[in-house]
Amino acid sequence: MMAECVEEEETSVYVTGCEAAARAVIIAKPSVVAAYPITPQTEIVEKLSLFIGEGRHDCQFIAVESEHSALSACIGAASCGARTFTATSSHGLLYMAEMLYWAAIARLPIVMANANRALASGWNIWADHIDSLSQRDAGWIQFYTSTVQEVYDTILIAFRVAENEGVMLPVMVNLDGFLLTHINQPLRLVDETLYQEEFLDEINVPHALNLDSPHTLGTLISPSDNYRVQHDRKLGMERAKDVIKEAERDFLRLFGREYHPVMEYRSDDAEVLLLGMGTLAKEAEDAVDMMRFRGIKAGLLRLRQIRPFPDDEIIDAISRSPAEKLVIIDRDYSPGSGGILSQEVKTRLYDAGIVKEIVNVIAGVGGQDVSAEDMMEMVELERGEHWWGI
Amino acid sequence: MKVKMAISYPTVGASGRTGDWRVFRPVINQKLCIHCYNCYVFCPEGTISPELGVDYEYCKGCGICANECPSKAIRMVKEE
Ligand code: SF4
Ligand code: SF4
Repeated sequence: MMAECVEEEETSVYVTGCEAAARAVIIAKPSVVAAYPITPQTEIVEKLSLFIGEGRHDCQFIAVESEHSALSACIGAASCGARTFTATSSHGLLYMAEMLYWAAIARLPIVMANANRALASGWNIWADHIDSLSQRDAGWIQFYTSTVQEVYDTILIAFRVAENEGVMLPVMVNLDGFLLTHINQPLRLVDETLYQEEFLDEINVPHALNLDSPHTLGTLISPSDNYRVQHDRKLGMERAKDVIKEAERDFLRLFGREYHPVMEYRSDDAEVLLLGMGTLAKEAEDAVDMMRFRGIKAGLLRLRQIRPFPDDEIIDAISRSPAEKLVIIDRDYSPGSGGILSQEVKTRLYDAGIVKEIVNVIAGVGGQDVSAEDMMEMVELERGEHWWGI
Repeated sequence: MKVKMAISYPTVGASGRTGDWRVFRPVINQKLCIHCYNCYVFCPEGTISPELGVDYEYCKGCGICANECPSKAIRMVKEE
């Protein structure tokens, strides 16, 4: 008897972080994608352009002349109530800076992927978190991812968070340049119909331009009102904390993959805790395993979001663990001040009245290679700031 | 839930009687008009009605409508 050949729909592929990002965007069905190429993000918009060109999804793809224009085009489209997406990196993100604030204060639910990359002078296209962290006060929700799968899943989650009526804020999904953008990893695809029917509602921007009730957005606003607008953006950001957790819960229920604002790894009985974001903090899982093998009770907290900062989750995880020492790895640096993640964590510890020995390691900036073995050495360092390799 | 942000809704005469500023008044020649609605869309004051009449209380005489009219149906006539 001849075996029948049934063509099965592919549920799993082997792709780069860039392609994973583009695939997720197509499933969310935006109406407008506006983008300008920049290494190491270019493949995201190349793939989107390809998918849209192949007719996988009907969408306006606007090839603009700069990143400032890319975000401006998304702002225009989102102001009309459209679902929009753009992607950038490094200097491109900084070129958008003015419009980053505009998008957030105008409460437009734009989703953007940012390939984390260092800033010049001295051209360096490798991973560094300073590009996005320098824009942390713009009012964007910021996620940091650690695997190709997480890039894909987080973009799928991002649209729902951005478009929640109580949030209405733009979301930036960060992926480490090259370490995620250009690395192939297995990717499990979601059921698109399930996503579209059960996870993501139709977009509804209540203040969108509308012919039935004509109005102008972003007009002159006096000192007697401006603070109210800024305060309302803060409320949106605060609501986002629960909205993100709810979206992550639903994502787990529908698609079986689990995410939390703080990803804890063997931290409950840890005597020393590593803390970081992105791929470095994924690599740290290996460091924790190797240390445990050698009898050192190490644990790890990986932050998936810096805005809104997961205050409760981080304090809860730190207080549950008996660790007296926290090793905070910053793939960024604020000259004249210190590692940004470390400052963020210290603020929350102070507010919660918790005193720990804090080791701040500046490592991985400008794509510096940092291995699990290196992280095992980091836990031996003493309180204060250390630059890895110096 | 409505977010708070800078939104302004148009109201008649929010900037006062801008008709007072006018030096030249637009006059539409209905015989030449092809009903393209360019003037209606381009008028920055919203003073041209859907019936293509001009509200001279608020028309400030900028001449944009005359400039945009493809059939030269709008003439700018000096006020007395
Ligand atoms: S002159 Fe200016 S204000 Fe008056 S109707 Fe024409 S476009 Fe409008
Ligand atoms: S622009 Fe000229 S032709 Fe067009 S509707 Fe106005 S008056 Fe008529």
